[in-house]
Amino acid sequence: MRRKKDQRRELAKEGLSRRAFLQGAGAAVSGGLLTAEMAQGAPKAESGKVVGPGTTPITLKINGKIHKLNLEPRVTLLDALRDRLDLTGAKKVCDRGVCGSCTVIMDGKPVYACNVLAIEAQGHDLTTIEGLRKGGELHPMMAAFVNHDAQQCGFCTPGFVVACTAFVNKHPDPTLEDVEKGLGGNLCRCGTYAGVRQAVLEAAKTMKGGSPNA
Amino acid sequence: MPKCKYDWPEAGDRKIIGTRVSRIDGPAKSSGEARYTYDINEPGLLFAKIYRSPYAHAKITAVDTSEAEKSPGVKAIRVIQGPGKEVKWAGDEIIAIAATSEEAAEDAIRKVKVQFDPLPHFVNEEDLSKAGANAKPGETKRTGDPDKAFSDPDVVASEGYYGIATITHCCLESHGSIAEWTGPNNLKTWYSTQNVSGTPAQVGQALRLAGVEVPDNQIETICQYIGGGFGSKFGPDRWGIETARLAKIAGKPVKLMLERDMELEAAGARPSCYAKIRVAAKKDGSIVAWDSQSWGTGGPDGAGMPPIPYVLTNIPNTVTHHTSVATNTGPERAWRAPNHPQAALVTMGALDDLAAKLNMDALEFFMKNAPLAGDRGKVYQEELQKAAELIEWQKNWHPRGDKTPGHIKRGLGISMHTWGGRGHTSNCNLLIHPDASVEVNLGSQDLGTGTRTVIALVAAETFGLPVNAIKVNIGDSKYPVSGPSGGSTTVGGVSGSVRRGSVDALNDLFAAVAPALGVPAGQLEAVGGRIQAKGDSSKSLSWKEACAKLAVKTIQATGKNPGPCKLGDSGVGGVEIADVSVDTETGIVRVNRMVCAQDCGLVLDLKTAESQCLGALIMGITYALYEQKVMDDVTGRMLNNNMEFYKLAGIGDIGELVVHMMTGPGYDERGVIGLGEPPVISPGAAISNAVANALGVRVPTLPITPEKVLAALEKGGVA
Repeated sequence: MRRKKDQRRELAKEGLSRRAFLQGAGAAVSGGLLTAEMAQGAPKAESGKVVGPGTTPITLKINGKIHKLNLEPRVTLLDALRDRLDLTGAKKVCDRGVCGSCTVIMDGKPVYACNVLAIEAQGHDLTTIEGLRKGGELHPMMAAFVNHDAQQCGFCTPGFVVACTAFVNKHPDPTLEDVEKGLGGNLCRCGTYAGVRQAVLEAAKTMKGGSPNA
Repeated sequence: MPKCKYDWPEAGDRKIIGTRVSRIDGPAKSSGEARYTYDINEPGLLFAKIYRSPYAHAKITAVDTSEAEKSPGVKAIRVIQGPGKEVKWAGDEIIAIAATSEEAAEDAIRKVKVQFDPLPHFVNEEDLSKAGANAKPGETKRTGDPDKAFSDPDVVASEGYYGIATITHCCLESHGSIAEWTGPNNLKTWYSTQNVSGTPAQVGQALRLAGVEVPDNQIETICQYIGGGFGSKFGPDRWGIETARLAKIAGKPVKLMLERDMELEAAGARPSCYAKIRVAAKKDGSIVAWDSQSWGTGGPDGAGMPPIPYVLTNIPNTVTHHTSVATNTGPERAWRAPNHPQAALVTMGALDDLAAKLNMDALEFFMKNAPLAGDRGKVYQEELQKAAELIEWQKNWHPRGDKTPGHIKRGLGISMHTWGGRGHTSNCNLLIHPDASVEVNLGSQDLGTGTRTVIALVAAETFGLPVNAIKVNIGDSKYPVSGPSGGSTTVGGVSGSVRRGSVDALNDLFAAVAPALGVPAGQLEAVGGRIQAKGDSSKSLSWKEACAKLAVKTIQATGKNPGPCKLGDSGVGGVEIADVSVDTETGIVRVNRMVCAQDCGLVLDLKTAESQCLGALIMGITYALYEQKVMDDVTGRMLNNNMEFYKLAGIGDIGELVVHMMTGPGYDERGVIGLGEPPVISPGAAISNAVANALGVRVPTLPITPEKVLAALEKGGVA
């Protein structure tokens, strides 16, 4: 058991799984493990400059497009996407970094959009589920979800598709065991995991030779 | 040749029925394009939040919204329950506020001042001796002569305690709605609902009672996609009515979706059931007597007795007694197969313990007693055999207590279940257009079960067209009335109405093209995208050519269920077997494999049918091992009202799952029967029995947490 747990931690660190979030939550301010990562490359507000509580201009780069918004600093990336930009593929479910239904890709890594403030997401490359589909063609991960019926009510599905895509980008040849350990950060209520496992394994094959994203 | 004109095609004539069809809304869902109620963004949309009772039981003495009214962005406030009202569970709604953003609404809610006079509360019912006046004992019911049967010296009796905690629905899309007044008496609503056709009348009635005049026929309800319901989303709920009232006051559309904590506290609960059971059998294993004392809660109104003894209802001598316990917890809602998972857990647990006491192989014991299920005993025997074969029972089963060395103990456990599932009332409108397109309009909803897909499949089968040639319009109350999606009644309902409508529409098309083909309409058939003389493809038209003969006249047919010819039935069975490993050092239970052998009459779409069973197994693993609404005696509040501590199984927690649909002769001719509920009934009992088989001791209640496993091992078993 212990050995398996260690493996799970290793995999979890690469994505932002529920477990990784809980490990990092003690030290982070608002974005879990993200905080440390963002400190590296992100253009930060001038040190000492206080913004808010009123609205402040915010620029987000989402699916290759620049969006300029005026938001209170407390607005999460998820609420900005859903309520302000009408990008509703990322779902609001637990709203506290557990279920993965709001997963988006930030600089190649899957993150929970409910756990990132919109203001923190500035200067990062964001990809949402809407950005994975290019034109009329389904992304191979989406097609695999359809083939294996890895969806029922479908509310967790976009978050799963995004997380699975980021996972396969990082692990192009996953085993079933890898899938089970690496995708523990997304939860489903209808019970579609059996299909998801098969879908990820299939998509890992079809995504070879250049994935549409990241 | 079918005996009745709407009959399902014979096995050899089916082109799509029974094959694996991918759900037609799969691409919309997997690409994030599917718009759920939560995703509707209307121009000028306001966001509403609710102030809720922090007390499990209290009288409201004063309400002050003056500060909240001044809060920036506030557009409407409604006092739902004012001074003098008694709240009976924490989370009950008191004040609703609509504001320009979610943040502004939250700010205003924080400024509400409500004073309460707290009253005594009671929230934990497992220890019945503490329930006092909250316990309402029911009548004792008897069949045969149980006292005499138990006192027979030739019987072996087993006695035990079994229970299953209250769990919530935890729909990923929380309950809620959007309301927009498009005119003084015209209301457009989006509800996350299992009941599209039935919602306008419920909303209209509630609004008129509140003095808001609106005729039912001026209310539209839309629900294209629903993020989970599981029985908890039939009514508009009080908050859904308040949304419409806030929208009326503000003159703008209002969205109110529950936050996760309230979704778990107030919007879903499956009643608990605890039972002390004594059961006896002859030495050959035939069950002769049953005695159960059960109790449970479903919130302030208590809870009735689950159908126990379950499945084996013909046990000759029984005595049952149930106590309904009122608690200050969120009220119960139907939870997928209401009362059946509880009945299965306590019944199958007690019977499995009896088999162990008799030193009988559990499979042999259930096979022997299956006739006590009545007419369907033979089906259960077939399912027991199939499930046993899939789990490799002969190779993997051992008597109680895994005697192999080491701290990982493995065991197998069986459970059986039953459900009705007769198709509900359904109406559809079916159109064949001269441009060859086909539309089905039907006021149903797709909970993720594949309703859209089976509608398209039935029409496609009838017309000899591919599934993607059918446009399915559902999810709106403007379409013909169809029943709520509950009790596994939808597939039987919509397949019946669509089959009848399709056959009638096709006959109209035959009549329209018969002159051109020079063949009587009654001698035509629709096969492989063509209309042709039966058995003579030389006289044929393509579907497109045939429809062109309609010139400018669209064929319109209506279909109804129920109706002529037998297209469905009621009553299914199923058997599930779990293979688990239990770590006797940590108490952690892992599911290695689970198998499900399930009948549901004629399977329309094998792919989505299997998905229902796979999903049910996973949902069952979740309530067997992880789920419980944990209530705090001191505060009366739910302690785990979030998804980190209200646990759902993850992708790594489910093991290998095998589903076998019982089809073919003996099954198919029954027609279509619902499948949503049945496979979710048995997993808890099967896993509980497997754990008992592994450990040699019963972990009496679900969820089977590590703590409970270790506590059970203290009392006995293999460790």
